[in-house]
Amino acid sequence: MKFALPFAKYLSTNPKLNPKICIVGSGPAGFYAAQYMASRLQTAQIDIFERLPVPFGLVRFGVAPDHADLKKCSNGFAKTALLKNVRFAGNVGLGRDVSLKELKEAYNVVLLTYGVDDSLQFDVKGKNLGNVFQAKDFVGWYNGVPWNKELPVDLSGDRATVFGHGNVAIDVARILLSSIDKLKTTDITEHSLALLSKSKIKEVSLIGRRGPLQVSFTTKELRELLNLKDCCNVWQPEYMLTVPEVVPLLVKPRKRLTELMVQKFESRKDPQPDEKQLKMIFLRSPVEFLGDHKVKGVKLVINRLEGDDLLNKKAVSIDIDETVDTSLVVSSIGYKSIKVDNDIPFDGKKNIVRNTHGKVEDGVYVAGWLGRGAAGVLAHTMEHAFGVASIIIKAIETEQLTPKPGFDHVAKILEHKNVQVVTWQDWLKIDEFERGEGQKVNKPREKVVDIEQMLKIAAS
Amino acid sequence: MSFVTRIARHTIPKIARNQCRVFTNGVPRLSKKQIEITFVKHDGTQIKTKGDVGDHFLNVVIKNNINLDGYGACEGTLTCSTCHLIFKQEDYDKLPEEPEGEEVDMLELARDVTDTSRLGCQVCLTESMDGIVVRVPEVVNDLRLPSTS
Repeated sequence: MKFALPFAKYLSTNPKLNPKICIVGSGPAGFYAAQYMASRLQTAQIDIFERLPVPFGLVRFGVAPDHADLKKCSNGFAKTALLKNVRFAGNVGLGRDVSLKELKEAYNVVLLTYGVDDSLQFDVKGKNLGNVFQAKDFVGWYNGVPWNKELPVDLSGDRATVFGHGNVAIDVARILLSSIDKLKTTDITEHSLALLSKSKIKEVSLIGRRGPLQVSFTTKELRELLNLKDCCNVWQPEYMLTVPEVVPLLVKPRKRLTELMVQKFESRKDPQPDEKQLKMIFLRSPVEFLGDHKVKGVKLVINRLEGDDLLNKKAVSIDIDETVDTSLVVSSIGYKSIKVDNDIPFDGKKNIVRNTHGKVEDGVYVAGWLGRGAAGVLAHTMEHAFGVASIIIKAIETEQLTPKPGFDHVAKILEHKNVQVVTWQDWLKIDEFERGEGQKVNKPREKVVDIEQMLKIAAS
Repeated sequence: MSFVTRIARHTIPKIARNQCRVFTNGVPRLSKKQIEITFVKHDGTQIKTKGDVGDHFLNVVIKNNINLDGYGACEGTLTCSTCHLIFKQEDYDKLPEEPEGEEVDMLELARDVTDTSRLGCQVCLTESMDGIVVRVPEVVNDLRLPSTS
């Protein structure tokens, strides 16, 4: 028993010393929270559940294929997954394979980080026409979300319209306007690459309901879009001419973002015949998508801005409309979360899990976009996840905890339901397979887009 | 800052990422010189370490396995702002170049950014920095929980 003493705390039944924590969702919020807690609560067991057999959430399925650098954060997540007190359990869905009630029975702490799963939509006539998509689905199509692989995208027309002035809209526009040579060396899915290589899209209109001062882009993303090779930027002088006089009133980061637009507007050139075009359109909202089966045009209403706050004005229609031709519509006006389990207190207006500073109720917490809404860059999600994790740690240190069975309890339920749990080692097999397939075609990875195939590789 | 250095800073082309231009007296160095660096965390914890001249600050953190939560998520590729460091004014003024382009794009998204903020992946160690003290800002979102803060 001489050497047993140092390990006594690991064997202790006191839940304060080895609390059971589960995290639902393996995107950035989940992994950052896990990383923060794992390094501070070394005797805690932290289990990360993921509904898909593959980890990383929007790092895999949201970050654009040509933004490989940002995906490097998953190397850090992989290190966390390999820690002794961290377990990855893929192919386990909350509300599908296991309920919140069961997780609460099994764990001292349940942290919800399952992110977003739906989009805000324009409720207008023609919204169900062919070739009208939500950005989430369109992004899922080129990024390998299993249920988006059959999205009936048609790129045989020459004009596309992207609604929304945020970074996701930029991603979609950039993918549509990028040269195929650039895309083919990324981890973009095979099926979308095949279609994009035959794309006839020559012009993309990026339409926002408000003006140049209210866009939600970040500077780097906008700069990248406006500097695309063989693509001419087209601006509306009526909205851009007055912008320079406002610039001195702005502060960072809005100031540089606006300066970038002004500089690009002032140095604009006429489009060359062989150039693609990016049209930056302001103060327009769709009122109808036109066409018989497939979309052929959009009826837009012109807006004006109301309100005293320069940067947060409201768009109000002025009852003048215009119609533009388009063969493809992608709406990128915001993501939203969904309630995956009846016991989750959900705010249907804000589309987030109801919470006060990350706490939902005793033992249940929420972090990331699910808790604060779908906005911000990776660093913001990281900070939020760390913040909620620090609150969980404080709670564990101060509150009375009862002993919990942890993963064993859930494993029994999953076994009973015949759910194949994908471990981290299983994921590494899928990872290796994808890298191998990618290597054959000079891509960093060729994503498996079929859940059955993922599970098969995992079980091999 | 003098007019000459201002011009110099803007005319010297931005160097390749992860590679640093080290100002020397022209004599090639045979061995890598090390200097002492102190990272000060938001709670006041000081981490004293050594770094190779020519390495950037992010590399120093990685090589010495310094535990700074979430530091350097994009591994020095200028796509995040997680390696944010705050320099003392006098140290900042001595840095060979001002931040520009993508570094500024990213810095603007960093939390608690100051006039002497830089990204650790873009600033390289020079011999004259020996003994430098840099602050690592808080990366935990202050959720303002009344009972605990």
